[in-house]
Amino acid sequence: MARAFTPKVVTANHLLEGDVIYMTASGDWTRELRDAELLTDEADADLRLLEAQQQTAVTVGAYLADAKSGPDGRPEPTHFREEFRRTGPSNYFHGKQAEA
Amino acid sequence: MYQYNDFDSAFLAERNRQFRAQVGRRIDGSLTEDEFRPLRLMNGLYLQLHAYMLRVAIPYGTLSSAQMDKLALLAEKWDKGYGHFTTRQNIQYNWPKLNDVPDMLDALAEVNLHAIQTSGNTIRNVTADHFAGASADEVADPRPVAELIRQWSTDHPEFQALPRKFKIAVSGARDNDRAVIMAHDIGLYIVENDAGEVGYQLVVGGGLGRTPMIGKVLKDFIRQDDLLAYLEATVSVWNLLGRRDNKYKARIKITVHEHGIEEIRRRVEDRFALIRPTFGGFDVALLKEIEAFFANPEFTSAPVDAYTAAYDADPLFRSWADANLSAHKNDDYAIVTISLKKHGETPGDASAAQMRAMAELARQYGHDELRISHEQNVILPHVHKSHLPAIYAALKEQDLHTANIGLISDIIACPGMDYCALATARSIPVAQQIATRFDELKLEHDIGHLQIKISGCINACGHHHVGHIGILGLDRAGVENYQITLGGDATNTAAIGQRVGPGFAYDEIVPAIERTVRGYLDLREDENETFIETFNRVGLAPFKAYIYPEAQANAA
Ligand code: HEM
Ligand code: SF4
Repeated sequence: MARAFTPKVVTANHLLEGDVIYMTASGDWTRELRDAELLTDEADADLRLLEAQQQTAVTVGAYLADAKSGPDGRPEPTHFREEFRRTGPSNYFHGKQAEA
Repeated sequence: MYQYNDFDSAFLAERNRQFRAQVGRRIDGSLTEDEFRPLRLMNGLYLQLHAYMLRVAIPYGTLSSAQMDKLALLAEKWDKGYGHFTTRQNIQYNWPKLNDVPDMLDALAEVNLHAIQTSGNTIRNVTADHFAGASADEVADPRPVAELIRQWSTDHPEFQALPRKFKIAVSGARDNDRAVIMAHDIGLYIVENDAGEVGYQLVVGGGLGRTPMIGKVLKDFIRQDDLLAYLEATVSVWNLLGRRDNKYKARIKITVHEHGIEEIRRRVEDRFALIRPTFGGFDVALLKEIEAFFANPEFTSAPVDAYTAAYDADPLFRSWADANLSAHKNDDYAIVTISLKKHGETPGDASAAQMRAMAELARQYGHDELRISHEQNVILPHVHKSHLPAIYAALKEQDLHTANIGLISDIIACPGMDYCALATARSIPVAQQIATRFDELKLEHDIGHLQIKISGCINACGHHHVGHIGILGLDRAGVENYQITLGGDATNTAAIGQRVGPGFAYDEIVPAIERTVRGYLDLREDENETFIETFNRVGLAPFKAYIYPEAQANAA
């Protein structure tokens, strides 16, 4: 039995900066998970991932990460790994948490 | 210390030039990531969770003051002001930008440092006892032979595409192993035979990771002039025999396990017989040349009254001296271990200011030498005792005076989920909380020698298998979960820790460790019996009763 599709965002690391980026609805890139496009359709998600992977001058290691719709309708992580990726390390106030 | 000759410098400059061009081609699109990845890995450049990570080798853990200053400069100029010293005697920078890496490598080359073969399926940075050349218990300084192995293995054409990574460590102190020899692909002990000749005992097939194994003796005594040929034969046999179908079975520990040590020995001997004649003695000549670079500094002889006076007068200095000094082969000298494990801080991290301060201490008082230990601390190997009070005062200014070497807060922890893309759980905050907790309890010195080692996934970069208490962070159905092992041993009496039972959630792991340690305090015969001695005497079962009190209550 095929597993039901759960919502995703397209994410990667930026080629030059190395930091975490997400794909927006317009096909651009954002540093903020909340501004990413939440993909609820599997075929859509696969297509968006292909687009991301083709942008080799911007992205490294693009993949689909699980996400859910938060109270304000914007994407939120479902797994702690993605929580760390959108925040930064817990031992120093470095990374995204310091840039917001 | 070893000084690069023209060949070494030209080689490194050429490698850096090539890598700069490769980075350029990746950025302008002529290289894909698939093409670029192996190239950047060969030069120590990883992509981690939040950023790139550059891993710089500190060969056999030895640094000069100028080199340490340069590491500080990199931290300041191209990173966020700090670096992370690792269990493999490397330093890792967590925040470099791709464009800056070629400049970082050029800066390192100015002081003979590099990142070559700090990753990829090659022979990695050769590690050594961090007390090399200073401790009283060694047969010989392991660093010359480590340098010889570095020169032999760097860009060795036969060994650039091995089945998997390959790690070699060397110790000159057979009975006091401080270099985790038994957990390396090849471990070498420098030994003396009955005739009083110096040679090497070769241990093969140790390793941690998913399938932890203790190394087995491949050959008891290898003559100095046979060593490189024997190493080459061993790696060569594995290169052909090692499994390339499954990366989890590719390390030499699995090859030894699957074929048996006898069969490996037979093949190595055959290969050795074949290639030995091609080693016409240049290696012995080279070793002699290298040895000259590692001659002892001129030890000064002066009164040590300043030390004894401070020791008697100042209880804080005394406590630091008791925990952080080790015996030097010269009675007027001491080996100083500087703790990078201040309670609540990240194990192994040092700020640029701290690195500079340590470099300055080495320059002023330490014959210009520093060491990095696999335990993620910094060592001043040759310090005249009269300078110890001044050193302590200087360390205090930089918050580097924590008196905890070998104690429960001297924890090894890998980067874990805070940085590492492969992690299944965090390890740094667990280390921070354990250290903070036992500092609050003021039990640390009463507990005595106890090594806790923490890894954030099964790869075991934090050596958890060989911790007296090992902690392994896993992902159980989307939440962090921590497994405890007890009874691991990283020394020449190496042992893999035994799992105690079900794991603990993130907020339960520190209390579980506290119960484990309280159990030890109850179980020990007296305060002279260390944790590992108690464990070896009573075994796992009595500890379980402390770690899982509910289970015990239910069974009652
Ligand atoms: C953050 C990036 C890192 C990555 C991607 C990484 C990756 C890995 C992998 C995949 C293994 C298992 C290899 C195998 O068994 O074939 C491993 C093992 C190991 N790594 Fe790392 N590691 C990282 C950081 C570190 C650090 C920071 C240290 C030192 C503190 C370290 C030291 C080791 C050690 C000692 C082992 C196990 C010993 C053995 O090779 O059997 N690694 N690492
Ligand atoms: S043990 Fe796992 S989490 Fe820790 S550094 Fe190694 S690969 Fe990363």
